[in-house]
Amino acid sequence: MSVNDSQVKHIASLANIPVTQEESEKIAKAFTDTLVVVDQLKKAGAADTPTTHQVTGLKNVWREDVVKEEYSFSQKEALANAKVTHQGYFVVPYVLQNKDN
Amino acid sequence: MKLNELTLKESLDKLAKKEIKIEEIYQDLDSAYQAKNSKLNIYLSHNDVALEQAKKASHKPLRGLPIAVKDNFCTRDLLTTASTKILEEFQPQYESTVTKRLLESGGILYGKTNMDAWAHGSSTETSDFGPTLNPCNPAHLPGGSSGGSAAAVAADLAAAAIGSETAGSIRQPAAWCGVVGLKPTYGRVSRFGVAAMASSTDSPGPLAKTVEDAAILLNSFAGPDERDGTCSRNKAPDFSQAIGQSIKGLKIGVIYQDIKELASTNQILVEQLQILRELGAAVETVQAMDPHFAIGVYTVVQRAEVSSNLARYDGIRYGLDRSHFGAEAKKRIMLGTYTLTKGRADQYYNLAQKVRTLYLQDYQRLFQKYDVLVSATSPSYAKELGASLDAAMFGELEDMLLEASSVSGLPGVNVPFYRDEKTNLYLGASFIAPMWQEEKVIKVADAFEKNTKWNSWRNK
Repeated sequence: MSVNDSQVKHIASLANIPVTQEESEKIAKAFTDTLVVVDQLKKAGAADTPTTHQVTGLKNVWREDVVKEEYSFSQKEALANAKVTHQGYFVVPYVLQNKDN
Repeated sequence: MKLNELTLKESLDKLAKKEIKIEEIYQDLDSAYQAKNSKLNIYLSHNDVALEQAKKASHKPLRGLPIAVKDNFCTRDLLTTASTKILEEFQPQYESTVTKRLLESGGILYGKTNMDAWAHGSSTETSDFGPTLNPCNPAHLPGGSSGGSAAAVAADLAAAAIGSETAGSIRQPAAWCGVVGLKPTYGRVSRFGVAAMASSTDSPGPLAKTVEDAAILLNSFAGPDERDGTCSRNKAPDFSQAIGQSIKGLKIGVIYQDIKELASTNQILVEQLQILRELGAAVETVQAMDPHFAIGVYTVVQRAEVSSNLARYDGIRYGLDRSHFGAEAKKRIMLGTYTLTKGRADQYYNLAQKVRTLYLQDYQRLFQKYDVLVSATSPSYAKELGASLDAAMFGELEDMLLEASSVSGLPGVNVPFYRDEKTNLYLGASFIAPMWQEEKVIKVADAFEKNTKWNSWRNK
């Protein structure tokens, strides 16, 4: 399985990772090298084996739906590491554009 | 002898008997830190009020002893960078469960240790803050990702250390630095407040000078935590009870992989394990499933979980934006995204989780016959600086003997079993047991350590 540069650019946009042309060529090569190893899995004879996603056997771990003060941040604490805030809020990039801008 | 060179247990005993004072330990430790840290690049941050805190902890179980903590554990009083530029200025607003419990037990955060950026690697060479050098031989890598924690123990820059393992990240650096590294059962230790890598295998654990030290340290932070849904709700046992026990009658299987790169390491391992027979255990070689498949399983599962976990780093609530990811993180996030895309998930992600089941079944079969299994931790000695650069699968290949047990959630411990006199580098053995049975590996590793000459603190 080999991966080309334009596939890498598509994946980069899905993963929200900015990559340069040089990076994307390097990554395409690393992908190809890695997938050669990963493709060996086809020879493991696992086609009819069930999957294992986790090993603890725990299922549906619940907690009471109550606010615990000691586990909660104040507004000031929550904002403490944000690079940009506005009047006590996080500033986020906009995702919707109106047709005028 | 300098007091920072004492084991954790020796320090506790001497403090209890008032033979030494905590101030004297910190005096020797601080001098060693000044002399070695800038050269070896072990600590990224240092606690300037460690001694003041230590004096107030003298009545607690760990008596104020200095502990090195990997920089992916959130700590309120010390920056937490996970060795990445993205988190270079991140000052957590909360404490991880592991460090919270460590502090409550009287352990002191002496500093935060270097690691592979985001724990993505097995060399500590992918750190955005430069590699850590191996204290046994500075031309070589310490391993990783908990390379700084392993090096802190090896260089006597802490009484013991805490790291985290996803597939080898405690045991492999322990092997390369000639120290003890204990990976608990997945779910034995809370992951709350640890920068997540692969959530289905991440396991925090101790790195220490002796197996006994590792057991004592693990006691301070193992056990249920309602803030981690995957943490076991069963109380953790007292792991130090497994120290000094007889191994008579135990059945030990030596996983002997017929792989060229392992031939000379395996030969020494088999010779060294002879002592376990003399101590009354039944030791025989066994065939286990080919470890090469585990490389693929781990690569796919880890990348997939990384792509999901690292999606949260968008630079809005904390840290820098996604353009600041290093080359390794970019590769891993994108490969994970690729293997999870529609049309590829069956070919990669689901297939890997099926092969994971085959490993679980293989261990089930082996543990019907054996109490403990053992193999070399790493195919060979610590590699030279620069070895991991431009090697797409460096860590996956170095950790090929550990990945199967990691994706199966098993507990394991690394102990040194040989030292090369020319290079001063070590080989390590990894003992593993069924889930929740840490006591078994602690018991066997402790017996091995005490009856061989390879532990550098027991054999000064």
